[in-house]
Amino acid sequence: MTQGLDWIARSGARAKGRRPAFFDEPAVDRLYSLSLALMAELSATRERLDTVERLLEAGGSLKRRDIEDYAPDRIAGEERGEETRAYIARVMRGFQQEVEAMEQPDPPIMDIVEQLSAR
Amino acid sequence: MTKDLPPPYTALARHPMMPRTRHDEAARLNFLTHFNRYVSGTLGRGNQLAYESRVLPAFRAEHGRDPVDRHEIRDEMNRDPFHRTWSALKRNSMEMRQMNGRQTVLRQLDELDALARQFNEHSGQLELDPAIAQPYYQTCVDIHCQPGGYHSEERPGDVTVGANYDVGLFATTGGALGGLNDGGGQAVVAWVKANRPGWSPRRILDIGCTIGHNAVPIAQGYPEAEVIAIDTAGASLRYGAARAAGLGVTNIRFVQADGEDLSRFPDNHFDWVQTTMFLHELSAASMPRILAEAWRVLKPGGLMLHVEQPQYGPDMPLFEQFMRDWDAFNNNEPFWSAMHGVSMTEVMQDAGFSPEEQFSIGVRAVVDPTIFPPSPDGGQEDYGRAAIWNAYGAWKAAPAQEMAA
Repeated sequence: MTQGLDWIARSGARAKGRRPAFFDEPAVDRLYSLSLALMAELSATRERLDTVERLLEAGGSLKRRDIEDYAPDRIAGEERGEETRAYIARVMRGFQQEVEAMEQPDPPIMDIVEQLSAR
Repeated sequence: MTKDLPPPYTALARHPMMPRTRHDEAARLNFLTHFNRYVSGTLGRGNQLAYESRVLPAFRAEHGRDPVDRHEIRDEMNRDPFHRTWSALKRNSMEMRQMNGRQTVLRQLDELDALARQFNEHSGQLELDPAIAQPYYQTCVDIHCQPGGYHSEERPGDVTVGANYDVGLFATTGGALGGLNDGGGQAVVAWVKANRPGWSPRRILDIGCTIGHNAVPIAQGYPEAEVIAIDTAGASLRYGAARAAGLGVTNIRFVQADGEDLSRFPDNHFDWVQTTMFLHELSAASMPRILAEAWRVLKPGGLMLHVEQPQYGPDMPLFEQFMRDWDAFNNNEPFWSAMHGVSMTEVMQDAGFSPEEQFSIGVRAVVDPTIFPPSPDGGQEDYGRAAIWNAYGAWKAAPAQEMAA
């Protein structure tokens, strides 16, 4: 993993420029971010499951008991922990970036549009 | 199975600089690729339905007339529940694409930075100039919601923004740009070869090249030519130069320079000056200055070509103009609306080309059709993202012969 910078925190960096509010109630905008991220994660999980099925069908073997009894060692535990952190960061991005926007507010995009459009 | 299914992310070419994706990282981009096509196609038509069924009738009832421009339509549509929902989906998809790309890039940034340094030190194809200032139009917002724009660094000398751009173009465009995201550049080469067979340009300038995905195919298409690809954003050039070197393309150099000041090049220096999906990311003040400089450095007899999304023009229905305008207000492309509202004929005339020298053509991404389906068009088109463009061009006329005294 990359040294010297927090790759998970930085991957959620907010793009500069005030985000449009699509709904009257800001919580609805947050819920869209949340549910869409979960939708994507479930899609990726299903794709992964399909990969496992295809690999098994093609010649490997795997016992369900093996999955039930699996206990990660220290290194694997750290790797999986990092994955979980990254996963949470992805799903919670909308909330996290709302905090970031409160810290560093931008002017309305319309101001910039007018600025750049005036000759 | 329908023929227009986007290919899986793993169909992209694994050039040496391309960040490596894990199973689930590729799977997330696969999801977004499909999701974008669903939002633009299956759901996108809901916007027109909402407009025709309730927004336009309500506007007529209130004002006793039809909307006169795309801005009036936008004001009304932004109050419509369906359009709000659709916009929220589309904006989130873009943001998710950025975060997914950044996770892929940032976790392996040590390797990517080291590899880029190695390529760039050995190839001599990268020329950075720290004195080049980042223009305001690049720094006021992060273009198309890309954190850090094209220019920012996570740490000195890194390739994050360029690598992230390369990783995610596939998802943004629904997989329509081909294995190297270079379908635009390939389309330009195919057009020139068909229309000027045997032409052998010696010097080619690409302005606003970012990571060179559209300039490299021109260098490949004209291996005898010397291609200079410029951008103000050193962070993207670092990745682009290493990417080209990794692909083994040696007749292209990436130079940090501002198109507004090409004084490093003499008049009549280039046989061909190209921009691809660049003009809408500028400003009303900078675009004419860049185009005038581009005209100055172009040789008589040379080719100027600007690939862009279609200009609005009086023939385009106002509702389509409104749909194409979405990115200006919802995806951090603040010059998009004004740029697409002007007449390119007049803009290029101001830059030095008479209307007689000019032409405009339609081009589609050139991709390997066995892997990549064509970009959807008509009702399925993802306005502003589709790999279907107009090219605004001119062959610069030779000056009139001096009459013998």
